[in-house]
Amino acid sequence: MAEPYKHSRLHLPRAPARPGEAPDFSYVELSPAGAVARPDVNARARDIGSLSLELVRVLDDDGVAVGPWNPHLDPAELQVGLRHMLLTRLYDERMQRNQRAGKISFYIRSLGEEAVSVAQCMALRPGDMLFPSYRNQGLHITRGMPLVDMMCQLLSNTRDMCKGRQLPVMYHSKPGNIFSISGNLATQFPQAAGWAMAAAIKGEDHVAATWTGEGSSAEADFHHALLFASVYQAPVILNVVNNQWAISTFQGYAGGEQRSFAARGPGYGIAGVRVDGNDFLAVYAVTQWAAERARTGGGPTLIELVTYRAGPHSTSDDPARYRAKDDHLHWPLGDPIARLKQHLIGLGEWSEERQQALAAELDALVASSWKEATSFGTMSEGPKLDADLMFEDVFKEMPEHLLRQRALMRAERSG
Amino acid sequence: MASMNMIQALNSAMDIMLRDDPSVVLMGEDIGYFGGVFRATEGLQRKYGEHRVLDTPIAEGGIVAAAIGMSLNGLRPVAEIQFADYIYPGFDQIVSELARIRFRTAGEFFAPVTIRTPCGGGIRGGQTHSQSPEGIFTHVSGIKVVMPSNPYDAKGLLITCIEDDDPVVFFEPKRLYNGPFDGDPAKPAVPWSAHPKGQVDEGHYRVPLGKADIVRAGADVTIITYGTMVFVAAAAAAAMQVDAEIIDLRSLVPLDVDTVCSSVRKTGRCIVAHEATRFSGFGAELVSMIQEECFWDLEAPIQRVAGWDTPYPHAFEWEYFPGQARVARALKAALESA
Repeated sequence: MAEPYKHSRLHLPRAPARPGEAPDFSYVELSPAGAVARPDVNARARDIGSLSLELVRVLDDDGVAVGPWNPHLDPAELQVGLRHMLLTRLYDERMQRNQRAGKISFYIRSLGEEAVSVAQCMALRPGDMLFPSYRNQGLHITRGMPLVDMMCQLLSNTRDMCKGRQLPVMYHSKPGNIFSISGNLATQFPQAAGWAMAAAIKGEDHVAATWTGEGSSAEADFHHALLFASVYQAPVILNVVNNQWAISTFQGYAGGEQRSFAARGPGYGIAGVRVDGNDFLAVYAVTQWAAERARTGGGPTLIELVTYRAGPHSTSDDPARYRAKDDHLHWPLGDPIARLKQHLIGLGEWSEERQQALAAELDALVASSWKEATSFGTMSEGPKLDADLMFEDVFKEMPEHLLRQRALMRAERSG
Repeated sequence: MASMNMIQALNSAMDIMLRDDPSVVLMGEDIGYFGGVFRATEGLQRKYGEHRVLDTPIAEGGIVAAAIGMSLNGLRPVAEIQFADYIYPGFDQIVSELARIRFRTAGEFFAPVTIRTPCGGGIRGGQTHSQSPEGIFTHVSGIKVVMPSNPYDAKGLLITCIEDDDPVVFFEPKRLYNGPFDGDPAKPAVPWSAHPKGQVDEGHYRVPLGKADIVRAGADVTIITYGTMVFVAAAAAAAMQVDAEIIDLRSLVPLDVDTVCSSVRKTGRCIVAHEATRFSGFGAELVSMIQEECFWDLEAPIQRVAGWDTPYPHAFEWEYFPGQARVARALKAALESA
């Protein structure tokens, strides 16, 4: 037996399973599907603190929708959700392979987390502004950005929306109301609060929604977001995607060991909701609740989406070095696509055959889109962006010193 | 002596300091169990324990602040900021706190913190994984700023920095982690094992701060540089068959004014080169200092070679990077004038 401590001690959070060990998800606190009460959207944050500790779930183990959070969506809407999630996954798979083949420099998949972006985006309105993180490609897919446009960004080619300036996956969409992704972490979180404050100042009923990982919630900007959202009761939905891992660092190192991430909301006087992030219906319902709350003057909501990063952090990462092999297969909340599919089949609104046909259709769409995208240039072939572009948009008007440098660069390149 | 790349040399420096000084602790994102995203701390947590090599939350402001607090309580933290591009959330703690603790307490408190951070481009990192922000920190009084260009110096300088009682920001040009790089991305990579500076003493040794290295002696022109640009400048001068004296500063603060000025007085011509952006860059400080000290010895205006004043663009890395052509142009101008 260990001696009782005779002095203070430094607690060092431990990952539940490292390479060579059996996956262990006993630490994940679950509520039965349908068990969590759904309060009125205008309930006071102080009266609904338990929502931040329980886990809102709609789909039970048999794929049946149960309980007060069931959003009662039409089967047609559910099929749209399934389609967007599957398209996101197939797009990710092919782009990952393209990176491995050296056709793009970098990629980040959202494998296992597709319900987060797709269900949340579907629960919001087109005029609502989104401030994503780098694993939210499902937002762009759900808002209808053509795959070709997304691929051209990955290729930094002549049709790249970023004009070659950003790493792959750092998309934006001005018409789609999706803000630019930063390579720096959590910076978008308080910006979303500011956007929402402006909506309130202008008397509009748009809301802002933003996403960050649980790891990035350690950044001070996360806390700035909660503070400003709380002080001004801004119409913003603050989403922490708790996929358990920040590269190699387990969620315990972001503070998730002692208390849920959602529980930081009540600490700031903000409603906090913890939801099964792999349950399309639950994610939709919670987002819809938060949006209505924001739109009707109820202020901000902090949502923790409990999910699992089934793949590596990025194409630069190798999780075999730091976590148990195939652990995502043991994740207690399953896979979001498989679960929605099971639900639809149970309703008599879907089948394995339709699933296979949809996958084949979407795979073909991804393949033909890639072919079209590469016609606008790749890293090694085809038309190239003009390097002059790097001097544009540093400022609205190009100042004298950049004009001079652009001329110098041209001279340098012409030898 | 052993053949080491820069990562291995840095790892060796930290290994020795953890072994020899129980007050040394390492801290940073992914540095413990995983060994760091660039592997600089590989194996060190296993060897010295979780209390000496700490994984931290993703909070650079918190990392710097906690390192300050630990240093005030007798430890000697070596904090890794995963990319220099991520250092800004820690900026207030570095500039307003770390840099001034000795000054504002009349020397009664001090914070011997070393902040290691990979910098520079040429790795397809885009605008948030390629920056060279050393000039932002050289502008802050009270911070030492160091940037090695090879494994041997990296190890000796890092040991000196950890032992130093003042705070240091230690920039690691990540393009040089695995080998010297002459600025031509089309050429096959050269490993450090093929370079004399890749031969590293396995034991404890120091490379002093404030002492530049004359990489190559020459008579026609002085090239003052550091980090990635050391090999680019040398290759450009060699290609032009210019007898250049090449000075690797190694530490920017403190700065080896004597070595720089002696060289410029000898050659009468000078260019300064860094990968960082040009406007208000560290090169401007060098040029000012040289004209103050050596004006009457100069035969030509001092030329600056630098990155363009734009964010680092993903698709135009090599148009942005101050490669051999930009160095050659500056050399030509410095040699032709007067």
